[in-house]
Amino acid sequence: MSKINLFEILTKRNSGDIAKKRLQFLLITDRTGCTPEILELIKDDMIKAISKYMEIDAKGLEVKITQMEALEGSDRLPVLYASIPIRTLLTKGTYL
Amino acid sequence: MSEVIVITSGKGGVGKTTTSANVGTGLAMLGEKVVLIDTDIGLRNLDVVMGLENRIVYNLVDVVEGNCRMKQALIKDKRYPDLFLLPSAQTRDKSSVTPGQMRKLVEDLREDFDYILLDCPAGIEQGFKNAIAGADRAFVVTTPEVSAIRDADRIIGLLEANEITKTDLIVNRIRMDMVRRGDMMSIEDVTDILGIPVIGAVPDDEEIVISTNQGEPLVGMNSFSGQAYLNICRRILGQEVPLMELERSRGFFTRFTGFLKRA
Repeated sequence: MSKINLFEILTKRNSGDIAKKRLQFLLITDRTGCTPEILELIKDDMIKAISKYMEIDAKGLEVKITQMEALEGSDRLPVLYASIPIRTLLTKGTYL
Repeated sequence: MSEVIVITSGKGGVGKTTTSANVGTGLAMLGEKVVLIDTDIGLRNLDVVMGLENRIVYNLVDVVEGNCRMKQALIKDKRYPDLFLLPSAQTRDKSSVTPGQMRKLVEDLREDFDYILLDCPAGIEQGFKNAIAGADRAFVVTTPEVSAIRDADRIIGLLEANEITKTDLIVNRIRMDMVRRGDMMSIEDVTDILGIPVIGAVPDDEEIVISTNQGEPLVGMNSFSGQAYLNICRRILGQEVPLMELERSRGFFTRFTGFLKRA
């Protein structure tokens, strides 16, 4: 029998849960046909579009597809999620 | 009324052929008239799993091309009076047959059989398209692994696109000891992700290797996997069979001794 020490027990990850979480994300991109390359293109276009109005941190920009919480009686829909850190607002009108 | 079932998976090596052999044999055991068709042209294997490899004269491509009559190509399994195998061709490739030809071949067999089981090749190309062409329903075989489940999801999508709406899942090679300690996805996890009904769950079992070595399907035999396959067959016949309790109830004492052994 294999010897399991306390350290291993305490630090052991549930790899089954890891597998499930990875699959859930993977299948959303698979099902929507949205490849990482397409996401990269969307990201580039977003940077261009938003940069017209504000200065953003392009490196910190994150785009991913996740799943929306299920609404009553409907399927869970994929959601395009973007997190865009803003450096400076260029629209001076509002912030004098 | 006959039913045509395609056994598919996307990923290779998850147990399509073993499942086909055992489900086919099991249905014959329960008194149904069954023909198993190996549609993996160029890489035939169902014949060896069934232990019928020495009796092949003609094959699927011969029938399609008209080199022989259907009756000449069908191998009768001596163990069961109503079990037949239509072997695949080993020296040809997937393009030797078209989906239209497969549809016709299956239609011709409907008159004589209750169940027509198609063992599908891995992949989503021509061989897959041929195998699903004449099918009424599909069994998607997967194992509780990320790669197999991802491929199964793709296959489920393709089956839907080809208007095969009756699709059931077979979760193969489950190791309850690993599920229990959280290192393997459970049947619920898998069905949660794939969203189709489960028609069977088969444990990982050494007996499968032994049965394949011998060319004797183990369905119905006194092992967990043998019983799991028989349960699948009963469900196909419309019987209500609950999913087998793969996890034997473990009392405090066995758990305690198990802990001592591990420590």
